[in-house]
Amino acid sequence: MSVGLFRIDDRLIHGQVVVGWGQPMGIEFIVLVDDEVRASEWEQELYRMGVPPQVSVVFASVSEAVAQLPAWRADERKGIVLTGDIGAMDALCAGTDGAITQVNLGGIHYRDGRKERLRYVYLSDEEAAKLRRLAERQVAITAQDVPTGKAVPLAELLA
Amino acid sequence: MSESLVGIILAHAEIADAMVKAVEAIAGTGHGLVAVSNAGCDRGAIQARLEAAVGGRPAVIFADLPGGSCAVGAAAFAHGHPGVRVVTGVNLPMLLDFAFHRDRSVEDAVTRAVETGRTAVGGGGAGR
Repeated sequence: MSVGLFRIDDRLIHGQVVVGWGQPMGIEFIVLVDDEVRASEWEQELYRMGVPPQVSVVFASVSEAVAQLPAWRADERKGIVLTGDIGAMDALCAGTDGAITQVNLGGIHYRDGRKERLRYVYLSDEEAAKLRRLAERQVAITAQDVPTGKAVPLAELLA
Repeated sequence: MSESLVGIILAHAEIADAMVKAVEAIAGTGHGLVAVSNAGCDRGAIQARLEAAVGGRPAVIFADLPGGSCAVGAAAFAHGHPGVRVVTGVNLPMLLDFAFHRDRSVEDAVTRAVETGRTAVGGGGAGR
């Protein structure tokens, strides 16, 4: 399969994605699954800004992503599929029926009601429960900000 | 130094703070620069930090990596704040020049920063 990484990152497309993961993986496409950005042309312009010209960027709503995922997986190029929050990734996993077996927690930062689990992962109790349920559906979830960082399994994160 | 425009350095880790210290070491205080880090921030938190740093004044935001969360956050902020413009690829020469030329429009300050910053980048020879 040529989607090399399914990632949740509330900074969306940024340095860690394009450079940190993109360079060593040799990616040629990035899919940003986010209903809000999908509906906003100027925000799409923003997120295209820092992506090198040889990497194509696709903006999709969650429902479009559910429909398109088989095509992205069959794509001969290597890519990253990114969501801005747990809810969108959860919906994408549920809608594609077991097609996604690994999810990377790349950046979920502090907000009111969230507890620190790692320097770059803060989760509310509901979010933690949602990730636990996702893991029960045979999705391997690990936190890892950059490829040279330690991959921390969900169980360890929530221990 | 002339007054008016403020410069916000928005960058990864401790870059912004270190750059302000470097400007002070070279040119002294009164530079009009404010350091902001993106550390621990999601998109909303970056906007809140910028709002506090800019404080409704005309400002140039100097971001580090084009396409990084700082540059994207700065561009998003500028979209909603007409008196604010963004320069990416911040370097020390453009900041030093900015510090001494703050009595101009935001547009002029951006043009000048881009020129100064570009001119400062060289390589391949024995140095300038």
